Amino acid sequence: MTRPLGQLILARLREPLRQPETIFWTFFFPAVLALALGIAFRRQAPEPVTAAVVSVPGADRLAAGLRQAPEIQVEVLDAAAAERRLRQGGVTVVVFPGDPVRYRFDPTRPESRLARLTIDAAVQRAAGRRDPAAAVDEHATTPGGRYIDFLIPGLLGMNIMGGALWGIGWVIVEARTRKLLKRLLATPMRRRDFLLAHMLARLAFLPVEVVVLLGFAWLLFGVGVAGSLFSLALITILGALSFAGLGTLCASRARTLETMSGLINLCTLPMILLSGVFFATSRFPDVMRPVIRLLPLTALIDATRAIMMEGTSLFALGPEIAVLLVWGGLSYLLALKLFRWS
Amino acid sequence: MSAGPGAPAIAVRRLCKRFEDVVAVENLDLEARTGECLGLLGPNGAGKTTTLEILVGLQPPTAGEVEVLGQRWGHDDEALRARIGVSLQETRLPERLTVLEVLTLFRSFYARGREPRAVIDEVGLGDKTHTWTVKLSGGQRQRLALACALVGAPELLVLDEPTTGLDPQARLRIGDSIRAQRDGGCTVVVSTHYMDEAQRLCDRVAIIDHGTLIALGTPAELVASLGGDLVVEIEAPPGGLDAADAPGLAGVRAVRRAGDTLLLSTTDPPATLAAALDLLRARRLPVTRLATREATLEDVFVSLTGRQLRDD
Repeated sequence: MTRPLGQLILARLREPLRQPETIFWTFFFPAVLALALGIAFRRQAPEPVTAAVVSVPGADRLAAGLRQAPEIQVEVLDAAAAERRLRQGGVTVVVFPGDPVRYRFDPTRPESRLARLTIDAAVQRAAGRRDPAAAVDEHATTPGGRYIDFLIPGLLGMNIMGGALWGIGWVIVEARTRKLLKRLLATPMRRRDFLLAHMLARLAFLPVEVVVLLGFAWLLFGVGVAGSLFSLALITILGALSFAGLGTLCASRARTLETMSGLINLCTLPMILLSGVFFATSRFPDVMRPVIRLLPLTALIDATRAIMMEGTSLFALGPEIAVLLVWGGLSYLLALKLFRWS
Repeated sequence: MSAGPGAPAIAVRRLCKRFEDVVAVENLDLEARTGECLGLLGPNGAGKTTTLEILVGLQPPTAGEVEVLGQRWGHDDEALRARIGVSLQETRLPERLTVLEVLTLFRSFYARGREPRAVIDEVGLGDKTHTWTVKLSGGQRQRLALACALVGAPELLVLDEPTTGLDPQARLRIGDSIRAQRDGGCTVVVSTHYMDEAQRLCDRVAIIDHGTLIALGTPAELVASLGGDLVVEIEAPPGGLDAADAPGLAGVRAVRRAGDTLLLSTTDPPATLAAALDLLRARRLPVTRLATREATLEDVFVSLTGRQLRDD
């Protein structure tokens, strides 16, 4: 390591470490976010099925029949009140006693259809139906398949992306607005040393960030890593380098911090939505999936999830690794071409 | 490659710099001799900063020739940059690094240079060695900027308005440091819009206006070019005296007006004064103010351009 490079890296490590807000955003914010989401989406007793029975003759008998099923919550209301409860989401199904029994619900919502089936089964049983085949339920809730297990790799990817774009891109543009880039250019400093220092300083922060988030997830929620830690380390380093390239590219022309924060948001927000940080990408229509899979954040999160949740080996992650390499390489090449020092 | 004795440290010929719709520098000729302190004096927007940034290779010229320390920009720039120390306007150094850390960083860019602590002491920041730059005063920041320019042991020091916005005492301190560099054999090119500073600090002064050189010489030569070493200032009510009367007055070489005041450059102040007072008495007009002083670079600038150097 040449002396100027070493000094540039030192400067890049000292400054953020002396800035309390950096410490917060880098180390504590992801942990706090994981804690909040982990609490919000913790496993609970299954949601009860809610039904309103319209108070016409026969309502009480029907309601009593429904109450036989423990998972159904029943209210007896007049027609107008029942309709209002349905609209507000207080109940999922309104039941009109009579012959035939009428169910009023929204068929586009899966939970409404489920509720209708559950309620109908209870109505039929109360009316004397006997099931031809006996059945018993067995419940299986295991670590690895919970929402928090899905979420942590997503947060890790989002964090690596944000760290690179803000920690490199923002810092470079700030140096430009302070006319510090211009001043450095007037010295014999090698330009590649400057860009390399930002990248390497970022890598120095990476282990701390990853360990804080994963350690936190493991201690509080028992989130484990099914695959090898070595693979996980390699993938996070590759992801950090790839986004470091993107951060440098974003920073190559921007003259003001306002432009830069706009650019960073333009890059990160769509990816946070599309790349499966909080929910699976399979929610998006099939035509979008090939495009989504080419995003660097999707590649990073998919690979991290595969390693952490399924124990996939690096060799099976060729496409994701290729996506990260191409994004990183192209970004750096383009950034070097476009970079504006003054 | 080093410039021999007597060779110019900087040679600029017919330099032009145009931005989209603005001409910043036009046909500028300039030469800095090795070992001298050359001042660029001119109002804001005169093209001083553009000229200096072209000199240190931060901007390409639109046309013209620029030779610095016997070399041109465009090949082996890194070696040339190693020989030049620069202080630019408005550079804000990293906030949360200490003075010593900043200087150590800048020192690392130069293959040969000076001990950072020695430079810190030299610019008078010894007691701020471990202070973050964000906690320095304006004057201390300018001294740190100067230290960054010095830490590479440059042969040429290019300083863009190193004292702008500072109080007189801070300006004097920086002036002393710059002077010490020149005395140590370093060529200095410094821009300023303080004419007293240029007069005190510089061996020669180039007066620049609208991107063009309008005068070049030692401060004494420039002042002498007015045709008289002294200026008589007479303030009279409107219509009392005007420029048309001046040529008839004894000893007057040049004349100009500033508000109600008539400024007469003269070789013979007593004769000029007597003649002017006689004229006013004949017209039965009072004199509201009367002064005699030495001519300054400000007078040179005003007589060349008809404008004040600074508005404040």
